[in-house]
Formats: sequence, structure tokens, C-alpha cells
Amino acid sequence: MSIFVDDDTRVVVQGITGGEGKFHAEQMIEYGTNVVAGAVPGKGGQEAAGVPVYDTVDEAVEAEDADASVIFVPPAFAADAIFEALDTDLDLAVAITEGIPTQDMAKVNRRLSETDTRLLGPNCPGIITPGEAKLGILPGNIFADGNVGLVSRSGTLTYQVVDNLTERGIGQTTAIGIGGDPIIGTSFIDALEAFEADTETDAVVMCGEIGGEDEEEAAAFIGEHMDTPVAGFIAGRTAPPGKRMGHAGAIVSGSGTGTAESKIDALNDAGVPVGDTPEEVADHVESFL
Amino acid sequence: MKLHEYQAKSIFADAGIPVPDSRLATSVEEALDAVDEIGYPAAIKAQVHVGGRGKAGGIKIATDRDEAEQYAEEILGMDLKGYTVETVLVEAGVDFVDELYVGVTMDRGEGEPVLMVSTEGGVDIEEVAAETPDAIAREHVDPAFGLHPYQARKVVYEAGVDADVALDVASILSTLYDLYEDSDASEIEVNPVMVTSDRDVVAADAVMNVDEDALFRQPDLAEMAEESYEDDLERKAGEYGFDYVRLSGNVGIIGNGAGLVMTTLDLVDYYGGSPANFLDIGGGAKADRVANALDMVFSDENVDAVVFNIFGGITRGDEVAKGINEALEQFDEIPKQVVVRLAGTNAAEGMEILNTDLVEVEETLEDAVQRAVKNAEEVTQ
Repeated sequence: MSIFVDDDTRVVVQGITGGEGKFHAEQMIEYGTNVVAGAVPGKGGQEAAGVPVYDTVDEAVEAEDADASVIFVPPAFAADAIFEALDTDLDLAVAITEGIPTQDMAKVNRRLSETDTRLLGPNCPGIITPGEAKLGILPGNIFADGNVGLVSRSGTLTYQVVDNLTERGIGQTTAIGIGGDPIIGTSFIDALEAFEADTETDAVVMCGEIGGEDEEEAAAFIGEHMDTPVAGFIAGRTAPPGKRMGHAGAIVSGSGTGTAESKIDALNDAGVPVGDTPEEVADHVESFL
Repeated sequence: MKLHEYQAKSIFADAGIPVPDSRLATSVEEALDAVDEIGYPAAIKAQVHVGGRGKAGGIKIATDRDEAEQYAEEILGMDLKGYTVETVLVEAGVDFVDELYVGVTMDRGEGEPVLMVSTEGGVDIEEVAAETPDAIAREHVDPAFGLHPYQARKVVYEAGVDADVALDVASILSTLYDLYEDSDASEIEVNPVMVTSDRDVVAADAVMNVDEDALFRQPDLAEMAEESYEDDLERKAGEYGFDYVRLSGNVGIIGNGAGLVMTTLDLVDYYGGSPANFLDIGGGAKADRVANALDMVFSDENVDAVVFNIFGGITRGDEVAKGINEALEQFDEIPKQVVVRLAGTNAAEGMEILNTDLVEVEETLEDAVQRAVKNAEEVTQ
């Protein structure tokens, strides 16, 4: 089992004729993902990465029966691309694009509340169910099939923690990067809830970072609703207040909210051990299994 | 992107929000000319991108010409939390009886803009929010519809603003919301809105921050951007296009991806060292970016040793190795010891190329950080 994507997922790639879109569509196909179409306005009838391209997502879904999309569209047009995916009633839309204006995302978020589509991201590395499907830019070779779920705000930190797990022979059911922006479609809680319901996920890793209060809310959810053991990691302990640490969302506010300490305390209170190093996170997971 | 008070005020004034009469000055002479025109009392206000200017001595009220001269001399050229004051706003003092707070920002938890009003203006609103959250009235705006005018009135009445000025304050708030939307602001606030003894309302301060990701469609605001970095290294990082934050330690850090770079900083601290910087080279970096990153940390005189940690997804280990070689081969003597750790995409190819006469190599993140911390200790001994 897995969450959100598996080998039945049929993927349309929005922006497949661009440099990144084409490269990663090829990588996804090479990994074994069922990429069935591309969608790029004005490029209908062409072929890219070995699949047919349509002018609209609607046509791609109609012709190829796609149920998920991955969005590699530049920031100025990305919100429009997400709306197109939402209005086509896909099950899942994964927005890789970094740098979408926040007020655009507020409108997307509003629309999202009225649809059944799950949005992952934006500004995220995507999602992978090892051995079945990869939607996004994650390097497939570091993942292994197994029974640990992983949810993280950051791409490369996900790779680091997955590497520590895979090195010890601990594989993953599904790994999800939810994205580093202030407004995102899928939250920690959404992912944790799905992992809790997944019978094959025996333990979960949650990697958070400074900024906002999502980790605190996730900690409360874990304490109240989860039987599956969770190990945590929080990046940004040494971040100074008021500075944006790369991610648009990664900022400790002047009044002291969003700190690593508050997140670690909240997780510990919910019974979640938080590793000081990625290696320690793997130790905790190993002790759960 | 932060706007200066004077820039925000000119935008506010154009939109119809009442602001005090003011002039901009870059010298004591200009400041004195300005007060001669405006009269007394006059506020002399440092125009720098830091909060808490008043407490730090960057805002003074002059009641005569001698004071104006003295304050202008003090403030122009002063160092305010790392920024040098080059410009002051000379502004007519307002005879006020009340100070209010009004603002619009994005509530990231709700994913919606929120209006905020408080009768406890004139002080740090974040402190008010932390200590007496009930003193701030809030109203969320549905981004699909925008602001309904009643919402501005509702939140102003809810905050307990005096009835005789409530509609004027609501009108300011409503205008601020329009600006927030039209300008892609991330935050916009007036603290304080002053209520005068004649029961007029005036925007005595102005904060406006614009979403940097939206500058592509805000050309006028983009032009107002003033490079104001705390030091030359941050300026250089801006030119190279790096996400960079300078800290006070001596272990230089280069990596890819915000979360992993933050983690590397945390590990330096965990293993007893002290991080000198956050530097994210971003995804898919090629050799020249790698060389620029090394140039950044080498130029930081605080740095005694460097850790270079890459976990490649879209970034390729062989490209990184090539960049490290090219950058280091230019030196007769390597300025600071560099520990490299490559993992992920093409890491094996990268390790093969990497010139290990010039750098130290470690296989894991933990080992690489510990070695760099040790290297830094050896330099300082």
C-alpha cells in the first residue's frame, strides 16, 4: 500500500515542453511512472518525452484518462496552471514551481476548499511511492520500497533523511515533500492522517522547519489521533529572528513564533522523539520497527 | 521587499490617506530648510529598513531650530542596527490625543488576508499580540471576493475605536486593503494612526512590504527597491543571486536546498562549532555558481574553515566537483580548508573528478560537519 500515488496513477505533465518539464517527465517515465500525456497551450499535437501533448489539461484527461498532474510552469503562469488542474477534477495536482506570488496562492487555496482535488506544493520536490510512481523531481535511486512513511517541507532534507534510512535497509511506503511556501495545498496533518490510515505504514518521519505553526498543529494531531509511531526532525535551530532562511516560509518572526524550540517542544509533548541529527532520526525509526 | 516609510507614505497619500506634511533630507542643511518650511514641532525620522527606530534613537522630535540641527546631525550617518542612515524624513509633528493600529497581512495558517485593528497603537504590535491578543480585533477577507466595505467598519467598531472617528479609520483601512491587493503587498500597516484634538485621523507612520515573488508584475514598486544590505557580503550574495544570511561564527557553510542548509548550520552548532553563514546555491547549480559560492565564504574574514554539503536531486555531483576544482585550482594556497560531502545524483562521478589534493572529503553529513568544526578549531588555536 501507499498513499496518494501508486502504479495505477496516470499522469499528465503541465509544461512538458519546457526544459525542466521535459527532463523530469523523462526521469519520471524512466522510474516507471505512468506518464500518459503533456499539456502545453499552443503545443497540442506535438510529442514530448515520448507522450502526446495537448493544448489543455481537459483534452489530456479526456484522451488519455489521466487522474493526476505535475506542474512545471513558470511562477507568473503557475497559479493559472493549478486552477486548470483543479477545474479538471483531477485526484492530485503536484506543483513543483517555486516563487508563485502569495496572493495568487490565497486564491488557489480558496478554490481548493471547493474541490475534491488534492494539491501538493507548490515549491515542493513532489511525491514518490518507491518502485511504483514518482511525481516530481526527487532522485529515485535513493528510495527503497518498505514500511516507513515520510513527510517533509524540504526537498534536499528529505533526500538526506531517506538516505539515512535506506542505508540501514529501512524502506519507505511513500515519501512526500509538502513544500516550503507559506500557503500550500497539503499540510503535515493531511499526510499524517493518510499514513495513519495506511495499513502498510508502520512508522512515520516528519521533517519540519522554522516558520509558521504547522508543526505545532501537526504535533497536536499526532498526540490525539495517531497510533503509528512518529519520529521528528526540525531544521533551523540556529536561525536568527527576522531572517528568511531560503524558503519563503522559513522565518522566525520578531515576536518569537515559528522557532525550532517551540516546534520541538510541541512534538516532544505529543510523544514524538526529535533527532538532533538525521542519523538520530533513523535511530528512532529503527527502534519503532 | 521593504519600502521606506517615505515611499509607503507617498503611495498612501496618492491613494487618499491623510499623512503629515513632510520633506526628505540627506544633509543637515536640507533638514533645516525642511523644518523652516514645515514649522515646529517637527519629527526627524531615519529612513532605514529596521523596526524599532524610535527606541534605537532614529526618531527625534525637534521643538526649535537648534534641536532640529542637533538631531539631524545625530541621526544622519548614525548606525542603526547595522544600517547607516543616509536619509531622514522631516515631518510635521502631530498634536494627538489617541494612537491606533491598523494593518493588513496574510494569515498563512488560514491562507487568507486578515485585517487588524487595535486601540493600542504606537507600540510594538507584535508585543501587543503576544501579551494581550484580545486587544487586536481581526477580520479575515475571502480572497475570491476581496474586501466588503462592511468588514472594515465591523473590525474598527469591534476594536473599540471612538465612534466619532470610526468611519474615517475604516476608510483608511479599506484603502490599505485595496493597496495590499493592487500592490501584491505581503504586509501593510499604519502604526500609529493618530487621532488629533480636532478629531482628525492622520497616518503618522507607514509600513509596506511587497511580495518579492510578485515584483515581475509590479514594475513601479520594483523600481523603488533600494539595495540595503547589512554588509558587503550580503550585497555580493545579492549580485550572485544566492539565498544568504550572515551569522557570527567561523564555520562557512555551502549547500543546496533551504532545509538541508539549515540542518548543516544546526549540526555545526550541535558538534560544538559556530556557523558563519547560511548559503543555499539552489537547485541545479552549475560550476560557475559553485565557484561564486566559494568566493563568498572565502571573502568572509570570520570564516576559518568551510563545509560544502551537496545532496543532489536536480543538482549534479559531477558539476559541483568540477566547480570546486576550477575555483580552488586558481589559488597558489587554498585560503581556507574545505571539507566536501557529495551525495545523490552523480555523486560517484563527482567524487572521481574531485581533486582531493585541494579538499578533504567525507562520506556522511555528520562526519563532514565534525571535520570542518575541528578544522576551524585548529585555526583559532
